[in-house]
Amino acid sequence: MHLMYFTEQPMSAYPADEGRKRGATALMFSNRHFDPVAGSRLYNEYLEHYRLAEEVGFDGIMLNEHHNAPFCMQAKCNVFASILAAMTKRVKIVLLGNPLPLADNPVRLAEELAMIDMVSRGRLVSGFVRGGGQEQLATGVNPAFNRERFEEAHELIVRAWTQEGPFRFEGSHYQHRVVNPWAVPLQKPHPRIWIPGVLSKETIIWAARQRYPYIALSTAIDATKKIWELYDSVAAEAGYTSGPENRGYLQRCHVAETEEKALANARQFMWMQGEFTGLAHPVWSSPSGYFSPSYRKAFVEYAVGRGSNPRAASFEDQVRDQQIIAGTPKTVLPKFRRLLEETRPSILGLWASDGFVSNQDTTTCIRLLGQEVLPAVREMGKELGLWSPFEANAPVGINQPAPPVHRNGA
Amino acid sequence: MTPTASALAWTTEEVRVAGSSVRLRTAGRGAPLLVLHHDIGTPEQLPFYEALADRFTLLLPSHPGYDGSEGPAFMRNVRDVAVTYQALLAERGLADVALVGLGFGGWIAAEMATMSPRAFRKLVLVGAMGIKPADGEILDQALVSYIDYVRAGFEDQRAFDRLFTPDPPTPQLEQWDLNREMTFRIAWKPYMYNPTLPLLLGGVQTETLIVWGRQDRIVPVGVGEQYARALAKSRLSVLDGAGHFLEMEQPEALAKLIVPFAAQA
Repeated sequence: MHLMYFTEQPMSAYPADEGRKRGATALMFSNRHFDPVAGSRLYNEYLEHYRLAEEVGFDGIMLNEHHNAPFCMQAKCNVFASILAAMTKRVKIVLLGNPLPLADNPVRLAEELAMIDMVSRGRLVSGFVRGGGQEQLATGVNPAFNRERFEEAHELIVRAWTQEGPFRFEGSHYQHRVVNPWAVPLQKPHPRIWIPGVLSKETIIWAARQRYPYIALSTAIDATKKIWELYDSVAAEAGYTSGPENRGYLQRCHVAETEEKALANARQFMWMQGEFTGLAHPVWSSPSGYFSPSYRKAFVEYAVGRGSNPRAASFEDQVRDQQIIAGTPKTVLPKFRRLLEETRPSILGLWASDGFVSNQDTTTCIRLLGQEVLPAVREMGKELGLWSPFEANAPVGINQPAPPVHRNGA
Repeated sequence: MTPTASALAWTTEEVRVAGSSVRLRTAGRGAPLLVLHHDIGTPEQLPFYEALADRFTLLLPSHPGYDGSEGPAFMRNVRDVAVTYQALLAERGLADVALVGLGFGGWIAAEMATMSPRAFRKLVLVGAMGIKPADGEILDQALVSYIDYVRAGFEDQRAFDRLFTPDPPTPQLEQWDLNREMTFRIAWKPYMYNPTLPLLLGGVQTETLIVWGRQDRIVPVGVGEQYARALAKSRLSVLDGAGHFLEMEQPEALAKLIVPFAAQA
């Protein structure tokens, strides 16, 4: 298994009552509520958490980015990836990921990622995402072309990594007279690409066609199984058999010394839950043309307050469905066993805390995970044959081979 | 969907033209008059259309990607729509056509006029988008819900309630979403204007009637003045007590202005 540490990097130090009064804490919620003194402290705490995560035995650190909202302070995952590339020694740096449609120059992204790969001595996993709905508005990028831009930018980046320059690229959304980045990745044929997602079938199908691992972001177990049914059938059509090496899952999991404390802290997962909460603005989070057409009815009803958020569920439901796991190391393990047995992922992100969980409790949580949970989960993975893409030395993509073993990073 | 006393008998057809498929409705008799609808689409039946069909052969296309016209994946800007309608008129062999553009449709009509400075009999722009307001902004539908956006275009909310019901049904919202998606595809950035249009309008020789609702909260009334300055042969008429969707809010007053103007030789 590949076990990753994740935090959303919450900016909890803002007046939450102001957010509730405004009714939304993304996009138009004024940045006058941002406190850079607290921001500086939090960024550095998060760096210490990453350092600790490597120390206690995590295999990877998962990073993401969001914009214009307190639920995630990380505005550029390549910045933290660069820091971690130099600061850590062993862990994979897993970006889930760079929002491709928001980039006007994907070649620049290809260069940045190549630099991170080289500085980290080949530890980069370069995931790609579409970006949140409100982020299309924040960056002025047309939501109606989101998926087209995603696919085209991906093609351009992979070509920039694998095809000798210079070459010309004439796409529908991107045109480049000269593609010839001086820096190219250390990993061959190129860094692994993993694709996270939560709802859109289109993304699952696309990832399966590319033979990229798909990382289900905290979906309920039954929904996760449906994702794998779809992924497996698309893989079969594409001519390969998918397995655990194609499956990832992000599990919210808070552990503490006592059951009560763990549960109290786990409630902080409801603090924001990213843009998927009631505090997301129903119009801004789902601009026309951005969401999956198969959910049009649900999203238009949500947008006018007629339906609930298609992305939301209550704390109790999420605990019941194991979207949130909380407890002592001893009591959470059976839940991990259920998750692994029923959905068979080989890549597992552990989102350890959120919101106002104290620095001390987060640190304790990371230690307990490392000392008591990770070794047991690893054993379960071995018993169940959940070999990660690294362990299985799986092909990097549908048209790309597995990396040569001697070059495969740390 | 919209209840009216006497429904117009539309002839509806699909016309394939310039890479798009346009749903075209025709009614009435007389000189040809092309009506270009708003970004929100249009109800099938409106008293305004009845008033025009009394005197003209009314052509009411659904813009490509709107109200059941197939969405053309290739389109990137409002001029693409304007060219499509030039081709549609050519395909029908129509000349000496009067153009009536409502809101977003007014922008399309203005672009058509710049392409054919003398070809149209008359041009009518009603609360037209297309020019960057000197003061204020064009209301950005990306930031408001479907219902709030349409309501913002009515000074009298009872007119909205009559046309769409106080709580419009979900299929209406889905259609507004589809129309909004197409609007984003062709008018996303800059939002709802073409920076070169005011200068290009200087070449237009067509007589133009510009009509605005004094309380237009979607396109500021000042844009009407900007259009009047840009178009040599134009006059501006501002109606009190009306918002952006003039043809739905004050159909009689608007028709009374347009019919005699568009009927002139």
